[in-house]
Amino acid sequence: MPGTTAVPPVRYPPVEGLRVEGRRRDRPPAGSSPVAGYLFVAFYVALLLCIGVAPAVYAIALALSTPGGVGFGHFVQTFNFFEFAPAFEHVFEFEGIWLASQTFFVVLLALLVHTLKRRVSSAFRFIFYLPGAMAGSASAIVWLFMFTPNTSPWAFILHGLGYQVLPNTVSPGNLPMIFAIMAFFTGAGGWIVIMYGALNNIPDELIEAAQIDGSSPLQTALRIKLPLIRKWVVYMLVLSFAAGSQLFVEPQILAVATNGEVPPQWSPNQLAYYLAFQQDNFNNAAAVSVDLLVIGLLVAVLLVWRGKLFSVD
Amino acid sequence: MLARRYVYVFIGLVILLVFVAFFGVPLLWLLLAPTKTDSQLAHESPFAFGSLTTFANTFHKVINYQGQLMLTWLKNSAIYSFGGTALALLAAIPAGYGLALTQFIGRRALLAITLVVMILPSTALVLPLFLEASEVHLVGSVWSVILPFAFFPFGVYLAYIYFSSTIPKDLLAAARIDGAGEWGVFRYVALPLARPIVGLVAFFAFVADWTNYYLPFVMTYTNTEYPVSIGLQILIGSAPIFSPGTPGSAASEIFRPDLAMATLIAILPIVIIFLFAQRTLVKGMLAGATKG
Repeated sequence: MPGTTAVPPVRYPPVEGLRVEGRRRDRPPAGSSPVAGYLFVAFYVALLLCIGVAPAVYAIALALSTPGGVGFGHFVQTFNFFEFAPAFEHVFEFEGIWLASQTFFVVLLALLVHTLKRRVSSAFRFIFYLPGAMAGSASAIVWLFMFTPNTSPWAFILHGLGYQVLPNTVSPGNLPMIFAIMAFFTGAGGWIVIMYGALNNIPDELIEAAQIDGSSPLQTALRIKLPLIRKWVVYMLVLSFAAGSQLFVEPQILAVATNGEVPPQWSPNQLAYYLAFQQDNFNNAAAVSVDLLVIGLLVAVLLVWRGKLFSVD
Repeated sequence: MLARRYVYVFIGLVILLVFVAFFGVPLLWLLLAPTKTDSQLAHESPFAFGSLTTFANTFHKVINYQGQLMLTWLKNSAIYSFGGTALALLAAIPAGYGLALTQFIGRRALLAITLVVMILPSTALVLPLFLEASEVHLVGSVWSVILPFAFFPFGVYLAYIYFSSTIPKDLLAAARIDGAGEWGVFRYVALPLARPIVGLVAFFAFVADWTNYYLPFVMTYTNTEYPVSIGLQILIGSAPIFSPGTPGSAASEIFRPDLAMATLIAILPIVIIFLFAQRTLVKGMLAGATKG
């Protein structure tokens, strides 16, 4: 999906879907001609080549072309930039906070919502999902106000923490937490809806049997429901990790709004942007992009491969 | 035993309400902020209601800011999002059908690649795309935004799941026996049955395109080309409260309620779509789960 924000509102299909690939034994219907198949996928394949494959190959070529021929010079050079290591540290710290809290709260809220009557639960799900409409710059702006003590409805919390003005809140140590809150705000609702759906797929008889056996609601949630949605949790974790590593819009908006208080090379993607546009060094920019591309690809290949393993159990 | 049960219910309810506040309060604040003047916003309670007159004034100020720049941005967002979504559908629906219901060499490989690029965050390709686009001198053209939007592997995957799980293969075989050609089978048998998936793919594509920031951020350069997601950032940059030293007179200055209003206008199309699409949405997110 082309949602380039860290947390697009677009949700992904469940792992369940991935099983189709591994499990599929039946052949497509006989009688369809192979030429027709190619024609149906032609436009998509053209886009895949031009928009997916070509830029990646070109970026790799740019990153590898050094004045002395093919080499890793640009990778070494960017690796040694003083902004390089901090940018990755920032993003991994952000991911740690975000993934841990998202996993915990999404599962918790999905389990809670699932205990409610369907009508009531749909209202809750909608409220949780609605902030997805603000993905990207809109959510960054709203949270800018939420983190400014004299406009924030959460002023009592900010004052309690000793923050009087925006620069206090967005101090460097707080940034990973701040971006985690923004990401959770726009992204969690979609996952709650997905987890809720997964919980709905658990056969009623299973839950009823547990209850008859004297299992408390808490035990049922932890011992029956949780293990049955585990795959989805893994799926959420992996996809969020991949998306989070690309963090760009939120730190970018904060950099503008704080007049440089938040450095414009806070995340690796910002660093790549900075190298391309401020330093006009496309080779170095390509090198950092390739680093990020490799992280994303590794995660994606791993999940697809694991997705096939899932079909075995 | 019963008492303990009530304690669980109570704790659960408290947690739910805390999160209703977490997700709902920023939205409520955003609705209320433009009803106030800048000084009211800073000094009154965050939940105080200003006046509808102020709301209307703020609306007009934002719309008329710098020769109705806001309308230009909205128009650009619409062009990019509708263009991108239309092309994404043209590519994804036949591709999903082809992958699910026809036979060709490389079908499984294409499916696997689709899964990989679907999981790969598209942000990872933005800068490489820019490097490519600048090589072929496409930067600054609407196509530099629309064509990447047209590439929507998630849509292909959704269509694939839909076609392979809901269209009975016998139906297609029957049509072929009746003499329908491959195109006829798709056009007159499969496509009429595919209406739900067309809506679903369109929904996801449009929302992703409208809220996209990074791609137009690198591909467009001027106020007349920016979509509204970037327009919002331009407004922050011209708000003295966030960017002191920004030159500007009181009339052209952007104040905090103006920013809130602009944000509200920017998200309105998506909120409306959410309201109307809620049912489809939930179904779609569970596309894989509801099958079988």
